[in-house]
This record gives sequence, structure tokens and C-alpha cells, in this order.
Amino acid sequence: MRELVEYLAKSLVDQPEAVEVSEVSGERSVVLEIKVAPDDMGKIIGKHGRIVKAIRTVAKAAATKEGKRVEVEIIE
Amino acid sequence: MQEKIFVGKTIEAALAEAFDEFGVELDDIQYEVLDEGNKGFLGFLGQKEARVRVSVIPNRIDLAVEFLEGLVKRLGIETDIRVTEAERQINIDFLGDNIGLLIGYHGETLNALQYLVNVVASKQDRDYKPIVLDAEGYRQRREEALARLARKTAEKVRRYGRAISLEPMSAQERRIIHVALQNDIYVETSSKGEEPYRKVVIAPMR
Repeated sequence: MRELVEYLAKSLVDQPEAVEVSEVSGERSVVLEIKVAPDDMGKIIGKHGRIVKAIRTVAKAAATKEGKRVEVEIIE
Repeated sequence: MQEKIFVGKTIEAALAEAFDEFGVELDDIQYEVLDEGNKGFLGFLGQKEARVRVSVIPNRIDLAVEFLEGLVKRLGIETDIRVTEAERQINIDFLGDNIGLLIGYHGETLNALQYLVNVVASKQDRDYKPIVLDAEGYRQRREEALARLARKTAEKVRRYGRAISLEPMSAQERRIIHVALQNDIYVETSSKGEEPYRKVVIAPMR
């Protein structure tokens, strides 16, 4: 799950080397926190949050496969 | 990204070598002149060849396919990706048995992937043909199902003489409903509400 979200984030930003994704995994849920370069915040969030929303949808699909709930957050 | 240094008598000649080798045109490359070359005096004294570093700009389709391949691999899904370029759009289809995961509830995953692949492919390109994703003909089936729903609901509206609103849909899907009923003389359609909860209302024709 972490690898998937990291891949999405790195594909979207201008500075992929600055992308960090941390995962806190519980029994039923996973929380993923994405950190990107300050200049890339817009690239990962998108207009009206559309990009991060799409990332959440894809992560949700992957989580469903594993029978888990997932939360994706962008942190500064 | 393909990258290589080319030499020639002039910069133009070196670039021409690159076009032949990569099978591209000037618009498809980026280059950096490493050495301008020198024709030399009287054509032989101090003659030096021009050197350019040429890299091919990845095109939209290559970027899209590479992105999607990496993605399905990480989702652990076996699928073939088929690309067809139409006049006004690029169609990319996922083919395989277990691709329901890529579609999601009412296509929400497919739509999210479609949005993302368009963002990724547009990062470095001059061609803005939209990329349309599909999975095993899902969009066609969904379109037919929506048109059926539209006709069935119109029938109810006519019978009961009151308006019925459908569940929230994307603009693309709402359009399918409007189009399906545009020639129906008993009902009229409109949309109400704010995205992403905007929905179609089918009402008796006034």
C-alpha cells in the first residue's frame, strides 16, 4: 500500500526524490502520510483537491483488496 | 529517456543523424550543443566537428502507458494494456479477467485513474489529446445501463405524473441521461445540486 501511494506521488511531482510516505498500519486500517517538497504541494493536492481525492480513491481500491480501510493525508 | 551524443560537420548535420536514428522530428527532441564545430579555414585548417547531446522527449502515450504499467504492477493486477489513438482522444483499455478492482463502484476507480493518467501525461507534452481509460468495455456497458435507467425512469414519471431525481452522477454520466431522453415528448430533464452531488431530475413535460 505504501509503495503504491509513493509511486503515485512520485509520478505526480517535479521533485520525486523529496517524496516521503509513512505508513501506520493497524489491524483493520492503514494511515498513509505523504510528504512532498513545498513547491510540489499543489501538484499533489490539485485544484479543489482533485488529485489527492483521486489518490485516495486508488488507495481505497488497493485497501479493499486487503480488506482494510485506508486514510491518505498530505502533511507539510 | 533516450539520450545520445551525435556528431556532424554542422549542428544541423548532427541533428539530422539523431532524427534518423531515433525516427523523430525536431519537435520531438531536446538538444544541447556541446561543440559548435568549425568549418575550418579553406575547408581543412582547424576543422572541427559539431557535437550535440540529443534526448527524445517522451510522448504522451509512452508516459501514460509507463505510468499505468507501474501502477497495475503495484496493485498486483495482471492486465494487458491496449492503446488506440483516435483523432481526438487516446483510448487506453485494460484487458484481463480480474480487473473489477480497476473499475470500482460505478467506475469511480477507473475515473480516478483516468484523471491521474491525464495529469501525469501532461507533465511533459505539447499534444493535449485527452486520454480515455476503459476496462473490458466497461464504459460502453455503463452507458447502455444508464440509457436503460433513463428510459425506465421516464416511463415512471409519465405514469405517475411527478418528477423523479436520479442518484448523483458525473457530468459525463448526466449527459448520457439527457441525451437518452432528449427526444422524449413526455418528459424533460434538468440537473440540480452542486458537484459532486449534482443529479438529473426527470420531470413531466409542462
